[in-house]
Amino acid sequence: MIAHSIFFYTFSIIAVVSAIMVTASKNTVHSVFFLILDFISISCLFIMIGAEFLGMIMLIVYVGAVAVLFLFVVMMLNVAQQKNQWFTGQQSSRHIPVGLIISTLIFFEIIIVIGGWKYKPEIFDINNSISQASISNTHSLGQILYTDYIHVFQISGMILLVAMVGAIVLTFRQRSGVKRQSYIKQISRERAEGVEVLEVQSNKGVKLDD
Amino acid sequence: MEYLSIVFQEVYKILFLLVPVLVSVAMIVWLDRRVWAFVQKRQGPNVVGPFGLLQSLADALKYIFKEIIIPSSSNKVIFILAPIVTMTLALIAWAVIPFSATQVLADINVGILYLFAVSSLGVYGIIMGGWASNSKYPFLGAIRSAAQMVSYEVSIGVIIINVLLCVGSLNLNDIVIAQQNMWFVIPLFPMFVIFFISALAETNRPPFDLPEAEAELVAGYQTEYSGMMYAMFWLGEYANILLMCAMGAILFLGGWISPIDVYPFTLVPGAIWLILKILLLFILFALVKAIVPRYRYDQLMRLGWKVFLPLSLIWVVLTASYLFYFNLLPVN
Repeated sequence: MIAHSIFFYTFSIIAVVSAIMVTASKNTVHSVFFLILDFISISCLFIMIGAEFLGMIMLIVYVGAVAVLFLFVVMMLNVAQQKNQWFTGQQSSRHIPVGLIISTLIFFEIIIVIGGWKYKPEIFDINNSISQASISNTHSLGQILYTDYIHVFQISGMILLVAMVGAIVLTFRQRSGVKRQSYIKQISRERAEGVEVLEVQSNKGVKLDD
Repeated sequence: MEYLSIVFQEVYKILFLLVPVLVSVAMIVWLDRRVWAFVQKRQGPNVVGPFGLLQSLADALKYIFKEIIIPSSSNKVIFILAPIVTMTLALIAWAVIPFSATQVLADINVGILYLFAVSSLGVYGIIMGGWASNSKYPFLGAIRSAAQMVSYEVSIGVIIINVLLCVGSLNLNDIVIAQQNMWFVIPLFPMFVIFFISALAETNRPPFDLPEAEAELVAGYQTEYSGMMYAMFWLGEYANILLMCAMGAILFLGGWISPIDVYPFTLVPGAIWLILKILLLFILFALVKAIVPRYRYDQLMRLGWKVFLPLSLIWVVLTASYLFYFNLLPVN
């Protein structure tokens, strides 16, 4: 058990410190790297409580895809300009009340959930749905997700799809005058329509049209 | 004392896995160059040692004695961290590769997810290196590789779902044992082809080596690196290629299972079969490098998103409906 708690405290200290560093570090790219460290240590914590599927999905989705795109965006942004507008100028104090309200809300939500879980466990229907210990974590998750909660699962998938379509619609614009290659057109070109033999008169030249 | 003996045993096992992996990485660098040379009717490295086998060792020695130059305007911590991250991620994935039913360092029940997660983390070494160099070409290379690797990971993930539908387990040994009667390369042949091409893109091999396209970007994200740090990028890249070959061998070519289930062949240890299958896939990788010209970037993206992703998704539907209709779904 000693080894277990040593690992737990190591990972949780790394998680908390890197979460603080995400907001504290001046360089935005460093913040994203700390965010990645946070994700990794939290997935290690997931694996430690036996939720290996959740931990791996956390690594694949958040670290392998979402954080890469974060990094992508942050690297492309003009960080110096952002600094002047948001982090130092007079405007920064205006964001403090909003942040305070949101963080208090989240804090109370967490307290309600954890308190309820601790003192009134029968409200949360976890014990009924978790199947016997012989089945692995991944199997039991699959059995619950695709039977009891299939509608919720499908709805969450639809929400993600709608968000994706919405993002594409918002950023999509039809540009005129862009030359595109059509593979079918390129391959199906014949010699007759590509090459033309002309009789060129001297000092007149040829008029070509594309 | 008990703890210590356990730790020693594990360290011994890890060394017994990692040292052969590192040696074989050095050997396949030589093999890659030889195959490449033979396709072009050249000799390739044939001077150092018999058949030039020690060429990689000589190269490594050269890299070790070269000076490491850290650009003054770079972000030093991340610049130094980047090759270490690449190398470490390429090596830790080998922990779950089964060399036989019992010879596996960590037989975890989400083995394939672990492999997928580690290979998707591989992009960080490149992005960190490209960004920390604080120079134009490395940055462009890093941005290219980030987009490329994220795109092709999606289709690799969907292909893995295809295989998992036939197996019913995420454990790598279960995946191998499920192919006892028929390797998955036969029923899922189109998926194997797409996996192979996606693996080329995922490991930045030609014809998809745009992150380090020397004609456009000098050497991409590696431009500012020198000496041992460059060699670590290089080793990590080849270890990743070997890993992708191992993944292909386990998912489609039956892993450590003997191809012919007759008496003298079943005596050969499973590790040998796995290594032979990995070598076969690697020679294919090397041949592709020698034969195919480089893709243009928009063609690369088109291939990933508009061809491979829809194809593999359709194949998931086909596999699932076939298994469901004929009542072949693996249930335990």
